[in-house]
Amino acid sequence: MWKNFPLFPDKATELAAEVDQLTFVFLAIALFFSLLVATLVIYFAIRYRRRSEGQIGETEETGIWLEIVWSVIPLVILLGMFFWGAKIYIKAYRPPADAVEYFVTGKQWMWKFQHPEGNREINHLHVPVGQRIRLTMTSEDVIHSFFVPAFRVKADVLPGRFTSIWFEANKTGTFTLFCAEFCGAEHSQMMGSVIVMEPQDYEQWLAAGQPEQTVIGSGEALFAKYVCNTCHFPDSAARAPILQGIWGKEVALSDGESVVVDANYVRESILEPTAKLVKGYQPLMPTYQGQLSEEELFQLISYVRSLTSGAAESEDSVAVGDSKESEE
Amino acid sequence: MQARRVHYLNVDYGVKSWLLTKDHKRIAILYLVSISFFFAIGGMMAALIRLELATPAGDLVQPDVYNRLFTAHGVIMIFLFLIPSIPAVLGNFLIPIMIGAKDLAFPKLNLASWYVYNLGAALMMWALLRGGADTGWTFYTPYSSMYANSEVILTALGAFIVGFSSIMTGINFIVTIHRMRAPGLTWFRLPLFVWAHYATSLIQVLGTPVVAIAILLVAAERLLHIGIFDPALGGDPVLFQHLFWFYSHPAVYIMILPSMGVMSELITAFSRKRIFGYRFVAFSSLAIAVLGFLVWGHHLFVASQSVLAGVIFSVLTMLVAVPSAVKVFNWTATLYKGSISWETPMLYAIGYVGLFVIGGLTGTMLATLGFDIHVHDTYFVVSHFHYIMVGGAVMGYLGGLHFWWPKITGRLYPAFWSKISALLIFVGFNLTFFPQFVVGYLGMPRRYHAYPEEFQVLNVLSSAGATVLAVGYLLPTIYFIWSMRYGERAGSNPWGAYGLEWQIPSPPPTHNFEEKPVVTTEAYDYYTLKEKRVA
Repeated sequence: MWKNFPLFPDKATELAAEVDQLTFVFLAIALFFSLLVATLVIYFAIRYRRRSEGQIGETEETGIWLEIVWSVIPLVILLGMFFWGAKIYIKAYRPPADAVEYFVTGKQWMWKFQHPEGNREINHLHVPVGQRIRLTMTSEDVIHSFFVPAFRVKADVLPGRFTSIWFEANKTGTFTLFCAEFCGAEHSQMMGSVIVMEPQDYEQWLAAGQPEQTVIGSGEALFAKYVCNTCHFPDSAARAPILQGIWGKEVALSDGESVVVDANYVRESILEPTAKLVKGYQPLMPTYQGQLSEEELFQLISYVRSLTSGAAESEDSVAVGDSKESEE
Repeated sequence: MQARRVHYLNVDYGVKSWLLTKDHKRIAILYLVSISFFFAIGGMMAALIRLELATPAGDLVQPDVYNRLFTAHGVIMIFLFLIPSIPAVLGNFLIPIMIGAKDLAFPKLNLASWYVYNLGAALMMWALLRGGADTGWTFYTPYSSMYANSEVILTALGAFIVGFSSIMTGINFIVTIHRMRAPGLTWFRLPLFVWAHYATSLIQVLGTPVVAIAILLVAAERLLHIGIFDPALGGDPVLFQHLFWFYSHPAVYIMILPSMGVMSELITAFSRKRIFGYRFVAFSSLAIAVLGFLVWGHHLFVASQSVLAGVIFSVLTMLVAVPSAVKVFNWTATLYKGSISWETPMLYAIGYVGLFVIGGLTGTMLATLGFDIHVHDTYFVVSHFHYIMVGGAVMGYLGGLHFWWPKITGRLYPAFWSKISALLIFVGFNLTFFPQFVVGYLGMPRRYHAYPEEFQVLNVLSSAGATVLAVGYLLPTIYFIWSMRYGERAGSNPWGAYGLEWQIPSPPPTHNFEEKPVVTTEAYDYYTLKEKRVA
């Protein structure tokens, strides 16, 4: 019971150090105010204890200035903490442009991972140290949540759309991964780990896995298999939007709205082609709902993105929530 | 031997006289019996949860059973205990008396609310006997609507129905406070207990319908497969979270605001002093009620909400801390130069301030976005809301019950044992929940049936604390029941407190006042009260 009994979690990212700093400062503030109130309450309760049965308290006027002081001081402190916290939040949820993208699928009750090189894993994710890694995540059933305490990152994993989170591990080791959103009977068994390795070890590990194809390669194969190229081809003039160079651009829709082409939009267009039809095109495309697994969808989308040169680097900046809400 | 005085308790003894009563005081007693029963059941669930978590392996119950336990614990404690606790028992009993009325505006509606409550509760218990729900009290979709293989609909329907009893109580209070105040009892002469209930009632009336709709939509999707929340049917799973928290966050204030009202009564009574900053304390209740409707998004900081929405909800949540802090500082200032006696209700009040400060401060920490990412859905959150709901709402309820028990029953309870129980609850509570802050920051997610070994020490501490807490809760149950028969007679004003309720006999007569009182002084005006006595 007493073996490895920590009081503070491991730190394996720069973000972790920043979060801890915020925590310590906030704890100090909390401690100060708790002690202040506790001391005053106890001191007053003793100093002004009732000394005779009929004694009443002294009446005093309400001090307006006092009310203002004790409203404004907490407000100012809290606004300061708000800005600090918001800064960390924005950083945590905006993946840097050069982050390498991994794909994560949550399902009752396991985690599935795919590396860009094509390697697949279940519950355990190997990554190189010092590399910025972006996880694009989706769920095959209910809501899960990807949580690695040592990285201080967490994001819900939703069915029907992509969410993402990023991290850069700064030390090697094995770090526990939890599912943090209640997801059914074996929720507490939906654990895994992120194994952070030296880059050369990671390369060896990747090579030993002998993946058949990279993610983009698989996507290209799917593109061919489902003969997407009959319509989506650079010179097929009128039948479907040209995919080359389209990623990250804003396109006008037939209903007069417009949308930025990102992973969630392409996803929707594959599964529900008529939902947001690009202006000037007929609703000819059939739906691929039920024909593609989440993993295949992601591969296909990755391939579409690769058709825009430099798209991987100019990834849409807002990761979590870059989807429906902003468009609707 | 003097003639037997007739009061609301001895006016009639028949079962029918209780079950068909329209007396707000008797309905309060009916509620007291009901919610105490459900508190005991919810408490037993908690005991089983803590027993399971004493070891890292899930070895006491099956995972599925564990999930049903924490769901039942949450659903029962929130819908059947905390939400009705102070309003339906103490509020029901005291609001008419405090404002000098002979009953609530709608006595039949009041009785109906109790029946509706019990109907909803009965459905939930039936669901529980059939195996219960396993979704957590939050009923998150699409798990609840499409995946859970348990009694989701019955449980949710129970919550839906109980919601109406809450709305009925709210409407009754609002109308009563507006229309039935005694002559001279202006808004700013009202006891702060009444202000707090007024604010609470607004939330009950405005918020509850939204959660009722959300629950119905879950049922519609589950039964009829109408795609509302499940993306496989074309729905949006996060929509449910917005609807649910639009009510359920303000619901937190339904639970805590009445206890703040109790605090203002206790602190003034045991300092024998007018409250410091009356208007600030009164308006802070309204401010909390209004702001409470604008902060639901802080439950979705890691749920794919846009970064901008996260930032807005974070800053709005920070604002709620200000009226809460105003209350704490004003209570503290009220003690200054008071005439403070350490009776049992005051011990609860002092304990409350301490626990509420910790609960509130950790709440502002959770509102801080960068911090929340890490602790969201961990035991840090579990601990925080228990500090508010148990450390706050339950301590307030018990403090209030100890304060007004002599008024309700006409009897005193043993002072020694009640002080022991206050102490046990304070110590047991902290031992149970403080370690959960630590284990939460370490990363232990909530709703885990089994957990990694390194979290065990803290969990054992927590389970040990729960044992102490259980004893602390058991004691009042025993001495309260004992006091009804053997307790010393209380007299009309055992604490020497100000307030209309202390000017009538204990227990009060059925119509509360012999003649309609006229109010000529501010609330908590101990100075005038004393002068009058001397004169």
